[in-house]
Amino acid sequence: MNIIKVKDLIFEYIRRDEEGNVEGITKAVDDVSLNIEQGDFVAILGHNGSGKSTLAKHLNAIHYPTEGTVWVDGKDTQQEEHLWDIRQTAGMVFQNPDNQIIGQVVEEDVGFGPENMGVETKQIWERVEESLKAVGMYEFRKHSPNKLSGGQKQRVSIAGVIAMHPKCIILDEPTAMLDPKGRKEVIRAIRALNDVEKITIILITHYMEEVIYADKVFVMDKGRIELQGTPREIFSQVDRLKQLRLDVPQVTLLAHELRKEGFPIPEGILTKEEFAQAIDKCVDEIR
Amino acid sequence: MLRDITLGQYYQADSVIHRLDPRVKLATTIVFIISLFVFDGIAGYVVAAAFLAMVIKLSKVPFKFMIRGMKAILFLLLITVVFNLFLTPGEALVSFGVFKITKEGVKTAVLMAVRLTFLIIGSSVMTLTTTPNQLTDGLEKMLGPLKKLHVPVHEIAMMMSIALRFIPILMEETDKIMKAQMARCADFESGNILKRAKNMVPLLVPLFISAFRRADDLAMAMEARCYRGGEFRTKMKPLHYEKRDFVAYGIVVCYLVIGVMAGKLMVILL
Repeated sequence: MNIIKVKDLIFEYIRRDEEGNVEGITKAVDDVSLNIEQGDFVAILGHNGSGKSTLAKHLNAIHYPTEGTVWVDGKDTQQEEHLWDIRQTAGMVFQNPDNQIIGQVVEEDVGFGPENMGVETKQIWERVEESLKAVGMYEFRKHSPNKLSGGQKQRVSIAGVIAMHPKCIILDEPTAMLDPKGRKEVIRAIRALNDVEKITIILITHYMEEVIYADKVFVMDKGRIELQGTPREIFSQVDRLKQLRLDVPQVTLLAHELRKEGFPIPEGILTKEEFAQAIDKCVDEIR
Repeated sequence: MLRDITLGQYYQADSVIHRLDPRVKLATTIVFIISLFVFDGIAGYVVAAAFLAMVIKLSKVPFKFMIRGMKAILFLLLITVVFNLFLTPGEALVSFGVFKITKEGVKTAVLMAVRLTFLIIGSSVMTLTTTPNQLTDGLEKMLGPLKKLHVPVHEIAMMMSIALRFIPILMEETDKIMKAQMARCADFESGNILKRAKNMVPLLVPLFISAFRRADDLAMAMEARCYRGGEFRTKMKPLHYEKRDFVAYGIVVCYLVIGVMAGKLMVILL
């Protein structure tokens, strides 16, 4: 079943000069259609200003389409009576962890969503406990968010969304402000949610290493979807990705360069292990 | 320097004071502050000091955290003391030309210093032992009846708790911007007051911009988490009075009575 369906979506920003006259119209999202199935791990890649964040904000009814339609769990995001259902079904995690944590104590922050939904007190506590355990932050439940590391803060933000029992979580560059260790923590938590809880994940990022675990990858540029497919299909097109100003993982790039030099190495190598195997095979063949 | 203000900084510990209902702590703080101005004579202040010492001991918060809050108002304290010392009319003790230190002046200066110190430490105890969320929950509940008069109690409480949450973050940011500007030869320390105020502009402008951006982000994050005002909300930590809260109220009343009595008794005895 499609949890998210986007059809012919167009979103326009109107640029104005200082007097408020219309200077021009920028299409941040330009004729995008996509379907995302329940339980999938989907990654949306793109350079800065490619419209990926704008697209993400449509999936949570923060932005509304200028043209076209977005359905979340079968509900049209433009219909106001569905607003709160949609925001609960499709939870959203933002880039800056400091700007989305409301509580002064970790557990109070995680409880914020359920409180807004009117969940009973006893159930709020159950939800807070299970969500903090799901992201491995339960032992920090009494801490102040200010004293946590970036990765830990972002995991708290994710727990805050899980506590609302969403079917789908949209993460808008959740690792952009984190160090490599924090990035790893967050990605591990996201993958666990997808594997264990079967929550649909939509990960928006420009780090290539993060998308190799995805079931499906969309690559955006100038508001359009330029490429889509499995990570292997996407990463086989190293030159095309470079045109779109995106880096590929280092192993993939190395494999690609070797292949160009005439070594019999397949396209679309994603991990170090795969690369090692390919090299072994290659060495055997040459002998 | 900027991180020294303890107001709005929760200190995690497991103590009776931490567990008290925030309404009790709020009421006690208000009573305590009023008492500082109602009590007269040294006896009253001895009682206040004893009460404060007891609460601090029970709270298990290290004393140095409360002192930290004091540093920020040291300047204010100094001004108050100096003005009271020199400008209170009365019997002169020492005089330098136009200025003279009077007996009454010394008395008021000491009194004001003690009052201010107690006031800051007293409210620090409250903010150190109560999370801002509890605090605003307490306020919301205490002011609940005002809703009937169309006072947006929930919204005010929410704004307060958000403001408190962002104080340390904005402090850190100020520190960062200050260092960045200092690295580019901005000067925050020299010159007269007017010049210094002018020099603050490159600090304040980026700080304001970033604060607005944060506010925008936070509003979006809150909406994304289904925040829609206080109407349908339930509470994760609803407030119930327990036995210890009534005991605490009792102690506060005792404190007030003893303090007033002690003051009166001193007057009678002397």
